[in-house]
Amino acid sequence: MKVKLPWVKTTPEKDYRSNSLWRLTQRRIFRQKSAVIGMTLLGLLIFIAIFAPLLAPYGPYEVLIGKENVEKRDPPCIHILGCPADKPQHIMGIDGNVRDVFSRILYGSRISLVVGFVAVGFAILIGTFLGAVAGYVGGSTDNVIMRILDVLLAFPSLLLAITIVAVLGKGIQNALLAIAIVSIPAYARVVRASVLSVRETSYVLASKALGGSHWHILFNRILPNSTPPLIVRGTLGIGVAILDAAALSFIGLGAQPPLAEWGTMLGQERNQIFTAPHLVLFPGIAIMITVLAFNLLGDGLRDAIDPRLRSAE
Amino acid sequence: MSKYVIRRLLLAIPVLLGILIVTFSLSRMIPGDPCRAMLGEKATAEVCAKFTTQFGLDKPIPVQFGIYMANILKGDFGNSIRYSRPVALIMIERLPTTIELGFLAMLISIIVGVPMGIISAVRRNSPTDVGTMIFANIGVSMPVYWLGLMLAYAFYLLKGTPFWLPPSGRLTAGVVSVPFYEVWGIVADPNTAKYYFLEFFSNLYIFNSIITGDWKVLGDSVKHLILPALALATIPLAIIARMTRSSMLEVMKQDYIRTAKAKGLQSNLVIFKHAFRNALLPIVTIVGLEFGIIFAGALLTETIFGLSGVGRMLYDAITARDFPIIQGFTVVIAAGYVFLNLMVDVSYIFIDPRIKLE
Repeated sequence: MKVKLPWVKTTPEKDYRSNSLWRLTQRRIFRQKSAVIGMTLLGLLIFIAIFAPLLAPYGPYEVLIGKENVEKRDPPCIHILGCPADKPQHIMGIDGNVRDVFSRILYGSRISLVVGFVAVGFAILIGTFLGAVAGYVGGSTDNVIMRILDVLLAFPSLLLAITIVAVLGKGIQNALLAIAIVSIPAYARVVRASVLSVRETSYVLASKALGGSHWHILFNRILPNSTPPLIVRGTLGIGVAILDAAALSFIGLGAQPPLAEWGTMLGQERNQIFTAPHLVLFPGIAIMITVLAFNLLGDGLRDAIDPRLRSAE
Repeated sequence: MSKYVIRRLLLAIPVLLGILIVTFSLSRMIPGDPCRAMLGEKATAEVCAKFTTQFGLDKPIPVQFGIYMANILKGDFGNSIRYSRPVALIMIERLPTTIELGFLAMLISIIVGVPMGIISAVRRNSPTDVGTMIFANIGVSMPVYWLGLMLAYAFYLLKGTPFWLPPSGRLTAGVVSVPFYEVWGIVADPNTAKYYFLEFFSNLYIFNSIITGDWKVLGDSVKHLILPALALATIPLAIIARMTRSSMLEVMKQDYIRTAKAKGLQSNLVIFKHAFRNALLPIVTIVGLEFGIIFAGALLTETIFGLSGVGRMLYDAITARDFPIIQGFTVVIAAGYVFLNLMVDVSYIFIDPRIKLE
């Protein structure tokens, strides 16, 4: 037991916690309000996506004709808000094919999250490779790769994605591929920039002097430096990818009905906006919350990682 | 200055060439026979043979690209399969609506977004700042088409009140915009560049009604554009507000701001003359980039609000697999995007004189 004597001056205990970039970042993230809100929302979404079959009162494709006393496009019915007890409860109403909207929204989180993670994962993989090669090799290789990527950046990204899907044919896989392709340049640029900044550092030179191969230097010495900005960019990118995928589905190029995808659900019922607004309202809110989660988390991560921005905020 | 502008213009050429290569390659990547993809499954072998020779599809790829580029430089984007009309003519009819919609949206986002960002930065951590940032975060996360539908619904509920706004169309039925060249008695032969030129400007309804003094058409066309422009403006507005805030915060902690304050200058003078002027560069950059979002958003917004602009046309073309339109419109939008970003680059000289010297 430690006894504190009032007349003895004690020096404050030294902080022996690790001060590596990762540890510092981890600690800072939890101090960022936006990151914490983002993480909570995202955790909730992942939970819903995993446990959708347990949480959803109905199946995503379950047609309720003949099973329950419901009509096509019935508005939400919540018992505690005054909906008659003899009517079955459907908190987000019934869609045009007499299915429970709430269940479809819950299942929809699976598609959106998978699309976001896979499209961005693919783009990061290819982007990292291209950016690393461009930055490390330099010269004409760098020029060729970066000019090609500049051309991709010259297109508004959603427009290019739409054109690619229009050519490849509609469907969720092609939409995913298109979104991944249009996101590649952003990641390649991030990686190239960090490769260029550390290529000439003494520890890379030391690794070269020790006879490290190019791949070893690139993957073990240089690329770990580009991980933090990539994570920030990737987190924000997932939000954009989900938004773009929903937009593609909305115009009929992405996920096809009856798939429970939020953009498709919105697109299918958009003409009912004046008669059954709940069919447009809820899928839109679901997309917004998901994108918001990634945006808040991305912003929080950026503020935690980038000291320059941190001082500005 | 002219040297800088010329250098920027020259740098845009390879990008434009790249855009042409990408759209050309995409059109050649259409799975299956290009003739059947373009003309439909029912095209006979005879028709296909004629089609192949007419479009030079039997020639080597580099030659095909040469033909494609030469045609585009002449302003010939081919004929629409669905409408059997030149794509260029359709573009002349449709582009003005998108341009007016885009600029109105951009105007709203700048006029509202920049002051929001400045107030947020000046009153940092105040309820105004927190409110602005919450709005900005939600704004960037919203799907534009959803917001459009919700706005249409909200204003539908206001029907019968003076606040009601039309949810679709470009002009009310019965209201006709008379082209300025007809008012002024200018005669142009169709299929000439002069006609295309006059037609393009007369299809800018707001511009056309101002120069002809037709206030009824002006009021009606602006009224029809407000809802779609509001929907389209929300995301750029949120991004501009965020950018302005962080850029202003960065500048506000500089020594010269402290000096300006210490000199006893009025706070408005410090904010606008010393801080805002220096915070402008990243804001202008982001405004340039927002044009891309506006173009892509226009496609979705026009579809919802029944505006016959480029976006709506592109949507219809995608549904009907009308490739000449998809290809032509993509090239024009991408080139327009490059051009606007070029303008932004050039505007840097006026904002930051140091750039001219570099």
